[in-house]
Amino acid sequence: MSSDFQVKSDPELWEKLGMDVARFSGMPAMLTQAYTNVFLSQKNRPAGMAYFDNMVENIHTGRIHEIMAVKESGKPVIGTFCVYVPEELIVAAGGVCVGLCGGAQGSIADAEKILPRNICPMVKSAFGFKVGKICPYFQAVDLVYGETTCDAKKKTWELLDRYVPTHVMEIPQMKRERDKKLWVEEVKDFKVAVDTISNTETGFKEIAGAIAIINAKRASLQRLNNLRHHNPSPISGKDILLIEQIAFYDEPVRFARQVNELCDELELRIADGIAVAPASTPRIMVSGTPMALPNWKLHNIIEMSGAIVVNEESCIGTRYYKDLIDEGSTTIDQQLERLTERYMKIDCACFTPNDDRISQVIKEYEQSGAQGIIDYCLQFCHSYNIEAIKLREACEQRGIPFMAIESDYSPDDVGQLQTRVEAFIEQITG
Amino acid sequence: MHIGIDLGSRTLKAVVWQDGAIIRHQVTESSFDPHHQALSFLEQHPNSRVVATGYGRHLLQQHAELDVITEIKAHALGGRHLFPNCRTILDVGGQDSKVILLDERGRVTSFQMNDKCAAGTGRFLEMMAVSLGYDLETFGRVAAETGIGAPINSMCAVFAESEVVSLKNRGVPPATIAHSVHLAVAGRLAAMVAKSGYGDHLVFSGGVANNATLVALLEKELKIPVLVPPVPSIVGALGAALHGSRS
Repeated sequence: MSSDFQVKSDPELWEKLGMDVARFSGMPAMLTQAYTNVFLSQKNRPAGMAYFDNMVENIHTGRIHEIMAVKESGKPVIGTFCVYVPEELIVAAGGVCVGLCGGAQGSIADAEKILPRNICPMVKSAFGFKVGKICPYFQAVDLVYGETTCDAKKKTWELLDRYVPTHVMEIPQMKRERDKKLWVEEVKDFKVAVDTISNTETGFKEIAGAIAIINAKRASLQRLNNLRHHNPSPISGKDILLIEQIAFYDEPVRFARQVNELCDELELRIADGIAVAPASTPRIMVSGTPMALPNWKLHNIIEMSGAIVVNEESCIGTRYYKDLIDEGSTTIDQQLERLTERYMKIDCACFTPNDDRISQVIKEYEQSGAQGIIDYCLQFCHSYNIEAIKLREACEQRGIPFMAIESDYSPDDVGQLQTRVEAFIEQITG
Repeated sequence: MHIGIDLGSRTLKAVVWQDGAIIRHQVTESSFDPHHQALSFLEQHPNSRVVATGYGRHLLQQHAELDVITEIKAHALGGRHLFPNCRTILDVGGQDSKVILLDERGRVTSFQMNDKCAAGTGRFLEMMAVSLGYDLETFGRVAAETGIGAPINSMCAVFAESEVVSLKNRGVPPATIAHSVHLAVAGRLAAMVAKSGYGDHLVFSGGVANNATLVALLEKELKIPVLVPPVPSIVGALGAALHGSRS
């Protein structure tokens, strides 16, 4: 891989966005170094990763210019934090949906000046990025659309609204008929909020087009995930995680095309027996809470320890792309119903009961040919942390090696995590 | 000849294994330069097969020809060798505590480790001893001599220290506080063992197993025999040496 990789800088753009330029100017060099260490040190990467390397180089510059061009044309740019917020309706309005920054340790100190320390690192990191003015995406959005999937988030949105207009979608926590009705209403409100920005009402045709675009994006990720399941794996788990993360800020049509091109290459690799690790490499599936960019901590530890990650049962992972929206609707109401039905299949631990998730984890374990599951829980994420008990029981019943870990973004537990991961690998290899 | 070396957070342990027996073992404080300490031990035994474990294992591997295994596997191998029927091992070292479950053949089926804090570790006991003005040995002994304790609620080393300070300032005798600290640690370790599920006896390894008061409190709490090896701190190093001799 090219050693001239460099995350680009554009102080003029950042100034225009109202960022803390002096502070942010060190960020590209830090990301360049981290990315070089974690990704470019890998051997035998597929050539198709060059596009995604380029997306990282342009994360604070090129992609921001594209988004600003959309915004300047009067279309909505909306930041989200959750896979429950329907991006199809933003794309239908010709706008951009971005999953906002929330995966770095660097902004946590900013957040802790205001928020309590003992809450989810993702919420703190995201809030800190806005407060510290050190995320160009946060600065670019018209508004943030939050949701009520956890207490830390929903109460933080009240405070975030002081810095950027923050709307909140109520996500029910059960999946009964009456909950679905509430949800459809929330989706309709969301559509109004999106349409208001561009001052046009999106119609049936636009929504149908957007559903097709996002379905194609999710389908490309399904295809990619199926190919990486091949043993020996034609691509590393770290590279897949990166692509799953980029899915949240790239332009969806181009992204799907690039993912499909990469898939074509992976098919050839499989046919030619080209792999990133031998077939004997221990195969680990990761389940649990999302890993927002640039959170590569666990994947890096696992793959540095001589194993390979073969599946992410996570919001930044299969939970984002496992389900598509039925494209057979004939009216807008029907479209919104089908859309809500698809979103109701997402099995976040904020729901009760949530036994579908347990079956889904087992299914993905079997499909991916993994030899063990590491359940990843962001610190203070009570719902996933408690659900891990049921997950462990389900794994024990089936003789599936299972290990739960709880961690945040700080580097200080890397030594302990490494010991645990290595011991888990020893356990599954006998 | 096979050498097992365990580079822990507080001490460095080494075992020389030959013809089915330990012919030498050594336990020393980790200096600022533990891997050089380890290398000088290795120089005394050239032409040996070496296996390293413990926090410093990867660092040592950069300086010497050897294999590495984790502490979990090392304690499983060492514990099982010393107690051939054991299914549950509790290892408490300077920096962390672990519960390791084994199947009937001695393979690790699951394990638990404390999170990134000193609660329930040797380091915690050490800090509490210092704040009461005891050395470690006296700390354990006085705790056994008094049967009474005052409740210590916090298992965070920092908060527990302030609790100890406030107990002292209320005039609670140091021996009573020492007993309380032992009770709190035993309670925490017992909960960790109980959460993992355990059999009819427990093997307790690691330097903290030298503390007889803690062993007695654990037995009382778990209501099963707690078996302690003759030199509990070298179980990991022994396991590493055994790994070398078997592979």
